[in-house]
Amino acid sequence: MCNLVNIARTVGSNRIVPTFAVPYPLGNPQASAEEQWKMRMHRVERAVQALQTDVQEQTLFAVER
Amino acid sequence: MKKKAVHYLNQFFGQVGGEDMADFEPVLHDGALGCSNIFNGVAKNVEITHTLICGDNFVASHPEEAVERCLKFLEGKSFDLFIAGPAFKAGRYGNACGLVGKAVSEKFRVPVISSMNVENPGVELFRKDIYIFKGGARATTMKPDIEAMAAFADKIAADQRLLPAAMEGYFGRGIRHQVFLADLGLEPVPACDRAVDMLLAKLNGAPFETELPIPAQDLVAIAPAIKDIRKAKIALVSSGGIVPSDNPDRIESCSATRWGKYDIAALERFPAGEYKTIHAGYDPAVANQNPNVVVPLDAIRELQKQGVLGEVDDYFYTTVGTGTTQGEAARMGQEISAVLHARGVEGVILTAT
Repeated sequence: MCNLVNIARTVGSNRIVPTFAVPYPLGNPQASAEEQWKMRMHRVERAVQALQTDVQEQTLFAVER
Repeated sequence: MKKKAVHYLNQFFGQVGGEDMADFEPVLHDGALGCSNIFNGVAKNVEITHTLICGDNFVASHPEEAVERCLKFLEGKSFDLFIAGPAFKAGRYGNACGLVGKAVSEKFRVPVISSMNVENPGVELFRKDIYIFKGGARATTMKPDIEAMAAFADKIAADQRLLPAAMEGYFGRGIRHQVFLADLGLEPVPACDRAVDMLLAKLNGAPFETELPIPAQDLVAIAPAIKDIRKAKIALVSSGGIVPSDNPDRIESCSATRWGKYDIAALERFPAGEYKTIHAGYDPAVANQNPNVVVPLDAIRELQKQGVLGEVDDYFYTTVGTGTTQGEAARMGQEISAVLHARGVEGVILTAT
Protein backbone atom coordinates (compact mmCIF):
# COMPACT_ATOMS: atom_id res chain seq x y z
CA MET A 1 0.00 0.00 0.00
CA CYS A 2 1.76 3.14 -1.17
CA ASN A 3 1.36 6.51 -2.76
CA LEU A 4 4.25 6.30 -5.24
CA VAL A 5 2.85 3.45 -7.30
CA ASN A 6 5.49 3.63 -10.02
CA ILE A 7 8.26 3.23 -7.43
CA ALA A 8 6.47 0.18 -6.02
CA ARG A 9 6.53 -1.26 -9.54
CA THR A 10 10.25 -0.51 -9.93
CA VAL A 11 11.16 -2.32 -6.74
CA GLY A 12 9.14 -5.36 -7.76
CA SER A 13 5.90 -5.21 -5.73
CA ASN A 14 3.38 -7.61 -7.20
CA ARG A 15 0.16 -6.53 -5.49
CA ILE A 16 -0.19 -2.76 -5.19
CA VAL A 17 -3.00 -0.79 -3.52
CA PRO A 18 -2.67 3.00 -3.90
CA THR A 19 -2.79 5.14 -0.77
CA PHE A 20 -3.99 8.68 -0.32
CA ALA A 21 -0.82 10.72 0.28
CA VAL A 22 2.81 10.31 1.30
CA PRO A 23 2.59 11.69 4.88
CA TYR A 24 -0.78 10.06 5.62
CA PRO A 25 -1.23 6.99 3.42
CA LEU A 26 -4.58 6.09 4.95
CA GLY A 27 -5.78 9.44 6.31
CA ASN A 28 -6.73 12.87 5.04
CA PRO A 29 -6.65 15.87 7.39
CA GLN A 30 -9.03 17.72 5.02
CA ALA A 31 -11.78 15.15 5.52
CA SER A 32 -14.02 14.35 8.48
CA ALA A 33 -13.05 11.56 10.86
CA GLU A 34 -15.88 9.43 9.47
CA GLU A 35 -14.82 9.93 5.85
CA GLN A 36 -11.22 9.10 6.75
CA TRP A 37 -12.31 5.93 8.48
CA LYS A 38 -14.35 4.85 5.45
CA MET A 39 -11.40 5.53 3.16
CA ARG A 40 -8.99 3.64 5.39
CA MET A 41 -11.34 0.66 5.70
CA HIS A 42 -11.96 0.58 1.96
CA ARG A 43 -8.29 0.58 1.06
CA VAL A 44 -7.31 -2.00 3.70
CA GLU A 45 -10.19 -4.19 2.47
CA ARG A 46 -8.74 -3.88 -1.04
CA ALA A 47 -5.37 -5.00 0.34
CA VAL A 48 -7.01 -8.01 2.00
CA GLN A 49 -8.75 -8.83 -1.31
CA ALA A 50 -5.41 -8.46 -3.10
CA LEU A 51 -3.85 -11.07 -0.80
CA GLN A 52 -6.61 -13.48 -1.85
CA THR A 53 -6.28 -12.76 -5.58
CA ASP A 54 -4.03 -14.79 -7.86
CA VAL A 55 -2.02 -12.48 -10.13
CA GLN A 56 0.20 -13.28 -13.11
CA GLU A 57 2.07 -9.95 -13.19
CA GLN A 58 2.49 -6.79 -11.14
CA THR A 59 -1.08 -5.72 -10.48
CA LEU A 60 -2.63 -2.47 -9.28
CA PHE A 61 -5.81 -2.89 -7.25
CA ALA A 62 -7.85 0.25 -7.95
CA VAL A 63 -9.64 1.99 -5.09
CA GLU A 64 -12.94 3.83 -5.13
CA ARG A 65 -12.47 6.29 -2.32
CA MET B 1 23.04 34.66 -27.99
CA LYS B 2 22.55 32.15 -25.18
CA LYS B 3 19.97 29.38 -25.44
CA LYS B 4 17.14 29.54 -22.92
CA ALA B 5 16.37 26.94 -20.30
CA VAL B 6 13.60 26.38 -17.76
CA HIS B 7 14.65 24.93 -14.41
CA TYR B 8 12.36 22.58 -12.42
CA LEU B 9 12.77 22.66 -8.62
CA ASN B 10 10.83 21.22 -5.69
CA GLN B 11 9.38 23.30 -2.86
CA PHE B 12 12.61 23.10 -0.88
CA PHE B 13 15.10 24.16 -3.55
CA GLY B 14 12.48 26.53 -4.98
CA GLN B 15 12.67 28.35 -1.63
CA VAL B 16 8.97 27.91 -0.82
CA GLY B 17 9.49 25.88 2.35
CA GLY B 18 10.31 22.51 3.79
CA GLU B 19 8.30 19.37 4.33
CA ASP B 20 5.29 21.40 5.51
CA MET B 21 5.09 22.90 2.00
CA ALA B 22 5.41 19.60 0.13
CA ASP B 23 1.82 19.92 -1.14
CA PHE B 24 2.70 23.23 -2.83
CA GLU B 25 0.99 23.55 -6.22
CA PRO B 26 3.02 24.38 -9.34
CA VAL B 27 4.10 27.95 -10.10
CA LEU B 28 6.34 29.46 -12.78
CA HIS B 29 8.76 32.23 -11.81
CA ASP B 30 10.48 34.64 -14.15
CA GLY B 31 14.22 34.43 -13.80
CA ALA B 32 16.65 32.21 -11.93
CA LEU B 33 16.14 31.22 -8.32
CA GLY B 34 18.46 29.66 -5.74
CA CYS B 35 20.55 26.92 -7.33
CA SER B 36 19.55 28.15 -10.82
CA ASN B 37 22.05 30.93 -10.16
CA ILE B 38 24.86 28.38 -9.81
CA PHE B 39 23.88 27.05 -13.22
CA ASN B 40 23.81 30.51 -14.78
CA GLY B 41 27.17 31.29 -13.19
CA VAL B 42 28.93 28.40 -14.95
CA ALA B 43 26.96 27.81 -18.17
CA LYS B 44 28.46 29.64 -21.16
CA ASN B 45 25.88 28.93 -23.82
CA VAL B 46 22.69 28.48 -21.80
CA GLU B 47 20.78 30.72 -19.43
CA ILE B 48 17.96 29.75 -17.10
CA THR B 49 15.20 32.27 -17.76
CA HIS B 50 12.37 30.68 -15.76
CA THR B 51 11.99 28.40 -12.77
CA LEU B 52 9.10 25.98 -12.40
CA ILE B 53 8.40 24.97 -8.80
CA CYS B 54 6.14 22.27 -7.43
CA GLY B 55 5.86 20.42 -4.11
CA ASP B 56 7.04 16.79 -4.13
CA ASN B 57 3.92 15.49 -2.41
CA PHE B 58 1.69 17.35 -4.84
CA VAL B 59 3.35 15.47 -7.72
CA ALA B 60 3.20 12.17 -5.81
CA SER B 61 -0.48 12.49 -4.96
CA HIS B 62 -1.71 14.11 -8.20
CA PRO B 63 0.81 13.09 -10.87
CA GLU B 64 -1.44 13.72 -13.86
CA GLU B 65 -2.71 17.07 -12.63
CA ALA B 66 0.78 18.21 -11.61
CA VAL B 67 2.25 17.34 -15.00
CA GLU B 68 -0.64 18.94 -16.87
CA ARG B 69 -0.36 22.17 -14.91
CA CYS B 70 3.43 22.29 -15.36
CA LEU B 71 3.06 21.81 -19.12
CA LYS B 72 0.39 24.52 -19.23
CA PHE B 73 2.82 27.05 -17.72
CA LEU B 74 5.35 26.29 -20.45
CA GLU B 75 2.96 26.68 -23.38
CA GLY B 76 3.92 29.71 -25.45
CA LYS B 77 7.21 30.14 -23.57
CA SER B 78 10.32 30.06 -25.67
CA PHE B 79 12.97 27.65 -24.32
CA ASP B 80 15.54 25.27 -25.76
CA LEU B 81 16.40 23.07 -22.79
CA PHE B 82 14.78 21.86 -19.59
CA ILE B 83 16.81 21.31 -16.42
CA ALA B 84 15.36 19.34 -13.46
CA GLY B 85 17.00 19.06 -10.06
CA PRO B 86 19.58 17.85 -9.03
CA ALA B 87 17.47 15.55 -6.88
CA PHE B 88 20.34 13.77 -5.05
CA LYS B 89 18.92 10.73 -3.22
CA ALA B 90 15.49 12.29 -2.58
CA GLY B 91 13.09 9.72 -4.03
CA ARG B 92 10.01 11.91 -4.29
CA TYR B 93 12.02 14.73 -5.87
CA GLY B 94 13.61 12.31 -8.34
CA ASN B 95 10.18 10.98 -9.23
CA ALA B 96 8.90 14.54 -9.79
CA CYS B 97 11.92 15.55 -11.91
CA GLY B 98 11.44 12.43 -14.02
CA LEU B 99 7.68 12.70 -14.45
CA VAL B 100 7.72 16.39 -15.36
CA GLY B 101 10.94 16.08 -17.39
CA LYS B 102 9.62 13.18 -19.44
CA ALA B 103 6.38 15.01 -20.20
CA VAL B 104 8.27 18.18 -21.20
CA SER B 105 10.58 16.19 -23.45
CA GLU B 106 7.62 14.51 -25.16
CA LYS B 107 5.53 17.64 -25.60
CA PHE B 108 8.12 20.30 -26.41
CA ARG B 109 10.81 18.09 -27.94
CA VAL B 110 13.63 19.75 -26.01
CA PRO B 111 16.54 17.98 -24.29
CA VAL B 112 15.87 17.39 -20.57
CA ILE B 113 18.81 17.17 -18.17
CA SER B 114 18.55 16.01 -14.55
CA SER B 115 20.92 14.65 -11.92
CA MET B 116 20.27 11.99 -9.28
CA ASN B 117 22.15 9.66 -7.02
CA VAL B 118 22.36 6.06 -8.20
CA GLU B 119 20.13 5.04 -5.24
CA ASN B 120 17.34 7.42 -6.24
CA PRO B 121 14.43 5.31 -7.58
CA GLY B 122 13.90 8.05 -10.18
CA VAL B 123 17.00 6.76 -11.99
CA GLU B 124 15.51 3.38 -12.91
CA LEU B 125 12.12 4.95 -13.62
CA PHE B 126 13.28 7.67 -16.01
CA ARG B 127 16.84 7.02 -17.23
CA LYS B 128 15.50 5.97 -20.63
CA ASP B 129 13.43 9.14 -21.00
CA ILE B 130 15.77 11.95 -19.98
CA TYR B 131 19.48 12.58 -19.37
CA ILE B 132 20.12 11.80 -15.69
CA PHE B 133 23.62 12.66 -14.53
CA LYS B 134 25.27 10.60 -11.79
CA GLY B 135 24.90 12.88 -8.78
CA GLY B 136 25.73 12.88 -5.11
CA ALA B 137 23.59 11.59 -2.27
CA ARG B 138 23.11 14.93 -0.51
CA ALA B 139 22.78 18.60 -1.32
CA THR B 140 26.44 19.11 -0.36
CA THR B 141 27.26 18.03 -3.92
CA MET B 142 24.96 20.68 -5.39
CA LYS B 143 27.79 22.61 -7.04
CA PRO B 144 29.56 19.74 -8.85
CA ASP B 145 26.21 18.17 -9.79
CA ILE B 146 24.97 21.42 -11.35
CA GLU B 147 28.31 22.01 -13.05
CA ALA B 148 28.06 18.59 -14.73
CA MET B 149 24.54 19.39 -15.97
CA ALA B 150 25.60 22.85 -17.16
CA ALA B 151 28.64 21.52 -19.03
CA PHE B 152 26.43 19.04 -20.89
CA ALA B 153 23.79 21.70 -21.59
CA ASP B 154 26.58 23.87 -23.04
CA LYS B 155 27.63 21.06 -25.37
CA ILE B 156 24.08 20.54 -26.59
CA ALA B 157 23.59 24.28 -27.06
CA ALA B 158 26.80 24.53 -29.07
CA ASP B 159 25.85 21.51 -31.19
CA GLN B 160 28.99 19.67 -30.13
CA ARG B 161 29.39 15.94 -30.61
CA LEU B 162 27.89 14.11 -27.63
CA LEU B 163 29.86 11.15 -26.28
CA PRO B 164 28.41 7.87 -24.93
CA ALA B 165 26.60 8.03 -21.59
CA ALA B 166 29.46 6.58 -19.57
CA MET B 167 31.89 9.17 -20.95
CA GLU B 168 29.52 12.10 -20.47
CA GLY B 169 28.63 10.97 -16.95
CA TYR B 170 24.92 10.22 -17.20
CA PHE B 171 23.07 6.95 -16.71
CA GLY B 172 22.86 4.99 -19.97
CA ARG B 173 19.54 5.40 -21.75
CA GLY B 174 19.68 2.06 -23.53
CA ILE B 175 20.29 3.78 -26.87
CA ARG B 176 22.93 2.26 -29.17
CA HIS B 177 24.75 4.17 -31.91
CA GLN B 178 27.42 3.07 -34.34
CA VAL B 179 30.57 5.08 -33.76
CA PHE B 180 34.22 4.97 -34.74
CA LEU B 181 36.33 4.68 -31.61
CA ALA B 182 38.80 7.18 -33.02
CA ASP B 183 36.01 9.77 -33.12
CA LEU B 184 35.60 9.30 -29.38
CA GLY B 185 39.30 9.79 -28.82
CA LEU B 186 39.78 6.07 -28.13
CA GLU B 187 42.23 3.62 -29.63
CA PRO B 188 40.61 1.99 -32.66
CA VAL B 189 40.63 -1.72 -31.72
CA PRO B 190 38.56 -3.95 -34.06
CA ALA B 191 35.52 -5.68 -32.54
CA CYS B 192 37.00 -9.17 -32.93
CA ASP B 193 40.07 -8.15 -30.94
CA ARG B 194 37.93 -6.53 -28.26
CA ALA B 195 35.85 -9.68 -27.97
CA VAL B 196 38.95 -11.90 -27.68
CA ASP B 197 40.42 -9.50 -25.10
CA MET B 198 37.22 -9.80 -23.07
CA LEU B 199 37.25 -13.58 -23.31
CA LEU B 200 40.90 -13.73 -22.18
CA ALA B 201 40.12 -11.40 -19.28
CA LYS B 202 37.19 -13.60 -18.30
CA LEU B 203 39.30 -16.79 -18.46
CA ASN B 204 41.96 -15.10 -16.32
CA GLY B 205 39.43 -13.89 -13.79
CA ALA B 206 40.31 -10.29 -14.66
CA PRO B 207 37.70 -7.52 -14.80
CA PHE B 208 36.19 -6.61 -18.18
CA GLU B 209 33.27 -4.58 -19.33
CA THR B 210 30.70 -5.91 -21.76
CA GLU B 211 29.67 -3.69 -24.66
CA LEU B 212 26.15 -5.08 -24.58
CA PRO B 213 24.87 -4.87 -21.01
CA ILE B 214 21.66 -6.80 -20.40
CA PRO B 215 19.54 -4.82 -17.95
CA ALA B 216 18.99 -6.77 -14.74
CA GLN B 217 15.33 -7.06 -13.91
CA ASP B 218 14.57 -6.89 -10.23
CA LEU B 219 11.48 -9.05 -10.35
CA VAL B 220 10.13 -10.67 -7.23
CA ALA B 221 8.50 -14.10 -7.45
CA ILE B 222 4.74 -13.72 -7.10
CA ALA B 223 3.36 -15.27 -3.93
CA PRO B 224 0.26 -17.40 -4.50
CA ALA B 225 -3.09 -16.08 -3.32
CA ILE B 226 -4.15 -16.98 0.21
CA LYS B 227 -6.87 -19.62 -0.11
CA ASP B 228 -8.78 -18.97 3.10
CA ILE B 229 -7.76 -15.76 4.76
CA ARG B 230 -10.01 -16.49 7.75
CA LYS B 231 -7.55 -19.24 8.65
CA ALA B 232 -4.40 -17.29 7.80
CA LYS B 233 -2.16 -15.15 9.97
CA ILE B 234 -1.62 -11.63 8.62
CA ALA B 235 1.11 -9.21 9.72
CA LEU B 236 1.51 -5.46 9.46
CA VAL B 237 4.84 -4.13 8.17
CA SER B 238 5.73 -0.53 7.39
CA SER B 239 8.53 1.73 6.20
CA GLY B 240 6.67 4.74 7.62
CA GLY B 241 8.70 4.93 10.84
CA ILE B 242 5.91 4.27 13.37
CA VAL B 243 7.52 3.18 16.66
CA PRO B 244 6.75 3.24 20.40
CA SER B 245 7.32 6.87 21.41
CA ASP B 246 10.68 6.22 23.08
CA ASN B 247 11.98 4.49 19.92
CA PRO B 248 13.52 1.67 22.02
CA ASP B 249 15.67 0.23 19.23
CA ARG B 250 16.91 3.65 18.16
CA ILE B 251 15.89 3.15 14.56
CA GLU B 252 17.48 5.91 12.49
CA SER B 253 15.20 8.69 11.21
CA CYS B 254 16.99 8.62 7.87
CA SER B 255 19.19 6.07 6.04
CA ALA B 256 17.93 3.34 8.38
CA THR B 257 19.95 0.21 9.06
CA ARG B 258 17.71 -1.11 11.85
CA TRP B 259 14.13 -2.32 12.09
CA GLY B 260 11.93 -3.07 15.07
CA LYS B 261 9.32 -5.63 16.07
CA TYR B 262 6.76 -4.49 18.64
CA ASP B 263 3.96 -6.24 20.49
CA ILE B 264 0.47 -5.14 19.43
CA ALA B 265 -1.44 -8.14 20.81
CA ALA B 266 -3.33 -6.01 23.34
CA LEU B 267 -3.92 -3.02 21.06
CA GLU B 268 -7.13 -2.20 19.20
CA ARG B 269 -5.42 0.76 17.56
CA PHE B 270 -2.22 2.78 17.92
CA PRO B 271 -2.88 5.43 20.57
CA ALA B 272 -1.43 8.87 19.79
CA GLY B 273 1.31 9.82 22.23
CA GLU B 274 2.33 6.21 22.85
CA TYR B 275 3.31 5.68 19.22
CA LYS B 276 4.75 8.20 16.77
CA THR B 277 6.72 8.37 13.56
CA ILE B 278 10.46 8.98 13.56
CA HIS B 279 10.60 9.14 9.75
CA ALA B 280 12.48 12.31 8.75
CA GLY B 281 11.26 12.28 5.16
CA TYR B 282 7.70 13.53 5.60
CA ASP B 283 5.75 15.96 7.79
CA PRO B 284 4.91 13.86 10.89
CA ALA B 285 2.03 16.02 12.19
CA VAL B 286 -0.89 13.91 10.93
CA ALA B 287 0.84 10.57 11.59
CA ASN B 288 1.64 11.58 15.17
CA GLN B 289 -1.97 12.61 15.81
CA ASN B 290 -3.12 9.22 14.58
CA PRO B 291 -0.44 6.60 13.77
CA ASN B 292 -3.18 4.38 12.30
CA VAL B 293 -3.11 6.50 9.13
CA VAL B 294 0.33 4.97 8.47
CA VAL B 295 -0.09 1.49 9.96
CA PRO B 296 -3.83 0.71 9.80
CA LEU B 297 -4.12 -1.35 12.96
CA ASP B 298 -7.61 0.01 13.72
CA ALA B 299 -8.95 -1.07 10.30
CA ILE B 300 -7.29 -4.50 10.57
CA ARG B 301 -8.91 -5.07 13.99
CA GLU B 302 -12.29 -4.07 12.56
CA LEU B 303 -11.92 -6.63 9.75
CA GLN B 304 -10.89 -9.21 12.32
CA LYS B 305 -14.00 -8.40 14.36
CA GLN B 306 -16.17 -8.73 11.25
CA GLY B 307 -14.70 -12.18 10.66
CA VAL B 308 -13.16 -11.14 7.32
CA LEU B 309 -9.69 -11.87 8.68
CA GLY B 310 -8.48 -14.67 10.90
CA GLU B 311 -5.44 -14.06 12.99
CA VAL B 312 -3.30 -10.92 13.13
CA ASP B 313 0.33 -11.42 14.13
CA ASP B 314 1.05 -10.28 17.69
CA TYR B 315 3.85 -8.05 16.42
CA PHE B 316 4.14 -5.34 13.83
CA TYR B 317 7.41 -4.72 12.01
CA THR B 318 8.72 -1.28 11.24
CA THR B 319 11.59 0.74 9.84
CA VAL B 320 12.25 4.05 8.06
CA GLY B 321 12.30 4.21 4.29
CA THR B 322 13.91 7.59 3.58
CA GLY B 323 17.49 7.74 2.37
CA THR B 324 17.63 4.02 3.08
CA THR B 325 19.81 2.31 0.49
CA GLN B 326 18.28 -0.44 -1.58
CA GLY B 327 20.95 -2.78 -0.23
CA GLU B 328 20.02 -2.11 3.41
CA ALA B 329 16.31 -2.27 2.56
CA ALA B 330 16.77 -5.66 0.90
CA ARG B 331 18.71 -7.00 3.90
CA MET B 332 16.11 -5.76 6.40
CA GLY B 333 13.33 -7.18 4.21
CA GLN B 334 15.02 -10.58 4.26
CA GLU B 335 15.49 -10.44 8.03
CA ILE B 336 11.87 -9.44 8.61
CA SER B 337 10.55 -12.12 6.26
CA ALA B 338 12.62 -14.77 8.08
CA VAL B 339 10.85 -13.81 11.32
CA LEU B 340 7.47 -13.75 9.57
CA HIS B 341 8.05 -17.25 8.18
CA ALA B 342 9.12 -18.54 11.60
CA ARG B 343 5.94 -17.12 13.13
CA GLY B 344 3.73 -18.74 10.50
CA VAL B 345 2.62 -15.50 8.88
CA GLU B 346 1.00 -16.10 5.49
CA GLY B 347 0.22 -12.60 4.33
CA VAL B 348 1.55 -9.08 4.89
CA ILE B 349 0.06 -5.66 4.49
CA LEU B 350 3.01 -3.35 3.95
CA THR B 351 2.40 0.38 4.07
CA ALA B 352 4.96 2.78 2.62
CA THR B 353 5.05 6.55 2.98
